[in-house]
Amino acid sequence: MNKKDFSILIGGAAGQGSRKAGLIIAKIFSSLGYKIYIYDDYQSLIRGGHSFSLIRASEKENNCSKKKIDILLALDEKTIQEHLKDLNEDGLIIFNQDKVKEEKGIGIAIESTVKELGGIPIMANTALLGGFAKIIGLDFDFLKNILEKEISKGIEKNLEIAKKAYDLEEAKLKIEDIGDSTPLLTGNEALSLGVVAAGLEMYIAYPMTPATGILHYLAGLKDCNVLVSQLENEIAVINAAIGAAYTGKRTMVGTSGGGFALMTEAISLAAMSETPIVIVNSQRPGPATGVPTYSGQGDLLFTLNSGHGDLVRFVIAPGDVNEMFVWSGKAMNLAWKYQTPVILLTEKDLSEATFSFDKKVLSEVKKEEALMWDKNKEYQRYELTENGISPLFFPGNDAIVKSTSYEHDEYGISTEDEEMIKKMQDKRLRKFESMKKEIDNIEAINVYGDNSETAVVCVGSLKGIVKSVCEKLGIKMIQPIVLEPFPQKQALEALKGVNKVICIEANALGQLSKVLAQNNIKVYKSILKYDGRPFNEEDLKDQLKNI
Amino acid sequence: MENLQTKAINTWCPGCGNFGVLAAFKKAMESYNKEDVVIVSDIGCSSKIIDYLNLSSFDSLHGRSISTASGIKLGNPNLKVIAFIGDGGALNEGISHLIHLAKRNSDITVLMHDNRLFALTTGQFTAVSPKGLKTRSTPEGLVEDPLNPLELMLDSNATFIARSYSSKIDHLALIIKKAIDHEGFSFIEVLQPCISFMDNFKFYNEKIYEIEEEKRTKQQARKLIEEWKYAEVGNIPLGVFYSEVKDSYEKIMNREIIKDKAVNIEKCLEAHL
Repeated sequence: MNKKDFSILIGGAAGQGSRKAGLIIAKIFSSLGYKIYIYDDYQSLIRGGHSFSLIRASEKENNCSKKKIDILLALDEKTIQEHLKDLNEDGLIIFNQDKVKEEKGIGIAIESTVKELGGIPIMANTALLGGFAKIIGLDFDFLKNILEKEISKGIEKNLEIAKKAYDLEEAKLKIEDIGDSTPLLTGNEALSLGVVAAGLEMYIAYPMTPATGILHYLAGLKDCNVLVSQLENEIAVINAAIGAAYTGKRTMVGTSGGGFALMTEAISLAAMSETPIVIVNSQRPGPATGVPTYSGQGDLLFTLNSGHGDLVRFVIAPGDVNEMFVWSGKAMNLAWKYQTPVILLTEKDLSEATFSFDKKVLSEVKKEEALMWDKNKEYQRYELTENGISPLFFPGNDAIVKSTSYEHDEYGISTEDEEMIKKMQDKRLRKFESMKKEIDNIEAINVYGDNSETAVVCVGSLKGIVKSVCEKLGIKMIQPIVLEPFPQKQALEALKGVNKVICIEANALGQLSKVLAQNNIKVYKSILKYDGRPFNEEDLKDQLKNI
Repeated sequence: MENLQTKAINTWCPGCGNFGVLAAFKKAMESYNKEDVVIVSDIGCSSKIIDYLNLSSFDSLHGRSISTASGIKLGNPNLKVIAFIGDGGALNEGISHLIHLAKRNSDITVLMHDNRLFALTTGQFTAVSPKGLKTRSTPEGLVEDPLNPLELMLDSNATFIARSYSSKIDHLALIIKKAIDHEGFSFIEVLQPCISFMDNFKFYNEKIYEIEEEKRTKQQARKLIEEWKYAEVGNIPLGVFYSEVKDSYEKIMNREIIKDKAVNIEKCLEAHL
C-alpha cells in the first residue's frame, strides 16, 4: 500500500449515511495534511440502492480517482459484491460485521455497539468511524476533535459509542501526519462562496440535481447576508431574478439541463434588456430527464446557443474547486460590467465532488463596481455609447429607468423604427466586441505541459483526470475556461507546434470538437465517455496511448 | 404628481378600453411619488401602457411580467410595483405564477386588463372567453367553459381581490389606489372592452353594479364573485370583494437581510476544515 496516496471506498445503501461518513474520513486525512478528492456516486432514490464515496487522499493534489482501492469500507453486502474486484492486492477490507458476512478483512461491530450503549440508529456511523480510526492507527483524541466539530446533537453519547468501537479494534496501519489541514469544499460550495465574494445578494432557484447543493448551501450560509428564495419553477426563478437585478441586486440562479431549457427565453430577455444575471447550469447526462445524479457535458452546444435572437453571452466552465471560486466571482463581475447574462457551465462531477480548497485564491475575487450614471445629463437607460455599455441606474432614486424586452430607443420606449432597430442592434454588437476584447485580455485558458506534438483539449470537471494522465504521459493539455466569447487567439497560440489535437469529452456527439472546429482548430480524434461515470486514470491512459 | 406623458405615440385603437385604464392609473398616481413606483408589463395591447407613462418600468415576457414584478419587489421592498397584464398573459401563459404569487402574498399589484380574448394577435380565445365564441382559431365556436379568475384568486389565498371597469375611471382609480396601499398581493380585474374584437361596452353598461365596501368572509366574497359566470346572463358586481391583512413575502424575506454587511469568506471556510 502506498503510504502517501490512498484510495478509500465507503459504500452502503442510501440512508445508511455512507456519504457523511466518507466526508468525515476525508476530514481525518485532510487534518493529517493530505489533499482530498471525493467522488460521490449515488442513485436517484432516498432509501436502499447502492451509494458510495470514493476518497482519494494523497500528498500531492489529485483531483481524480484511482481505479484500484486501498481500503474498502463496506456498510452492506452489496458494497463487497460491487467493489471487491477493484481492491488492491494488499488492500484492506473493513466491514460492518452486523450486516456483512466476510471472511477476509476486519469486522467492526456497528449496530450492536450502538444498541448496547443505548444509542439511536443514526449513530451507526460513529461506531464505524471509531473502529476505523483505531484500525488506521489514530489516537482517540484526534478522532474526538473531529467528531466534536461534525456532530451537533448528542455528542456525549456519540463519543461513548466511538470509544467503545475504537477499543474493540486493533491498529493495523499507521497513517503519517504530513502537514496542515485544508478546507474541503464541493464545487457547488466553492462556486457559492466565489459569487458571494463578488457581492451576491440574492439567489433564486428551483431544486434540481446536481445544482441543488448551491440552494442548500446558500440558504444555510447565515453569515453572508444572501437572500435565498425558492420559487414555483425555473421560469419564475429567472424572471424574478431579472427583476431583482433591475433594482441593483446582484443575483444568481442555478439549475440543470431541463431547468436551464426553461430559462432560455429569459436569457434572451436579460440580453435584450441588458440586465446582469449569473445562471448556473450544472449538467447531468441528457437528453430530457436523463440520469439525474450522474455527470455529463451534453449541454455544451445548447448552452453556447441558449436564448433566441442575436445575442452573445459569457459562458464559463471552471475546471476544479479553486476555479469554481475564482470564476464564479469573475462571472458576477463580468455580468455587471457588461450588463449581460453569464452562464457558469459545470457538471455533477465538479458540482458535487469534494476537493481540498486552496485559500490562496481568496484574494483573486473582489466585488467590482458597475458603470453607473454620472447624473450629468438626463438618464437614458440605453444611451448609445462607443463601447456599447450604457451606464446603469436603479429605480427608486431620482431618475426614470425604463428597461425592456421590446426593441427600444435610448430612453427605453418601444420602437419599430428601422433606423432605431439597427442603432440598438449595433450598440449591442459593440458591446459583444467589448466582451471579446475582455476575454482576449484575461487568462481564459489553462495550458499544462510544454512542447509536444500532441495536445489534449478538455473542459470542466475533466481537468482533474486529464491533467493527471497528461502529466504522466508528457502530453500538453489545454483547458479553455471561457467558452464564449471563445478565446481563439489564446487557444491558437497554445497549439503552436502541435499537429494532433485530441478532444476528451463527457458527451456522445463530441460537442467540444465542434466548438473547436468553429474556431479553426481541427480535432484529430475524440475520446468520448457518456455513461455518466467519471474516467479513471488507468483506463484513460490506455485510451490515449492507443491513439 | 407631474404629467406622466411620454413622447411615445399611442397606438391603441380609437375608443379602446385601455384609454380608461390609463386615465384611471394616472389619477391614482396623483397620490404617490413618481420615483417610488415601478410599473411592469407583459405582452399585448394592455402592455403598451408602460410606454405611455413616464415612470420607471420593466417590459417583460409574456406571462412572466408578474414574476419580474415580484423580483423587483424582493430586490427593493420600498418600491410600489404594479404589473399590467392581459387575461391571456395572466390566465393562459402565466397562470402558474399568478397562483403562486397570490399564495405567497407577494406585495405587488396585478392589474389584469380583461378584454376576454387575445386582441393584438387579431382575436383568439383566452381562459375567460365565453363558451361558443367564434374566433379565427375557433370558427365553429369555443368548446371550453370560461374560468372565473376572481374565484381562482380567492382559492389561491390572494389577500386583495377586486373588479372594476375601464369606463368607470373614478371607481377604477380608487380601486388601484387601494390595491397599491394594500400590503401583500392585490389582484384587480378590469373589464376592458376591445372595440375591434369584442365590443361589449353596451353589455357591461347594462350589467355592472357597485358593491359596498365592507369586511367579508371568504364565503361571502365567493358568493359575490360567483354571481357572474362570464356568460351572457347575470349581473356583474364591481368593487373590492375580499381583503385580508397578512405580512407580505418580501417583508418576511428581507427581514434578516442587513444592508452593507461585510462578508467574511474566511469565516465561512472554518466550517469546512
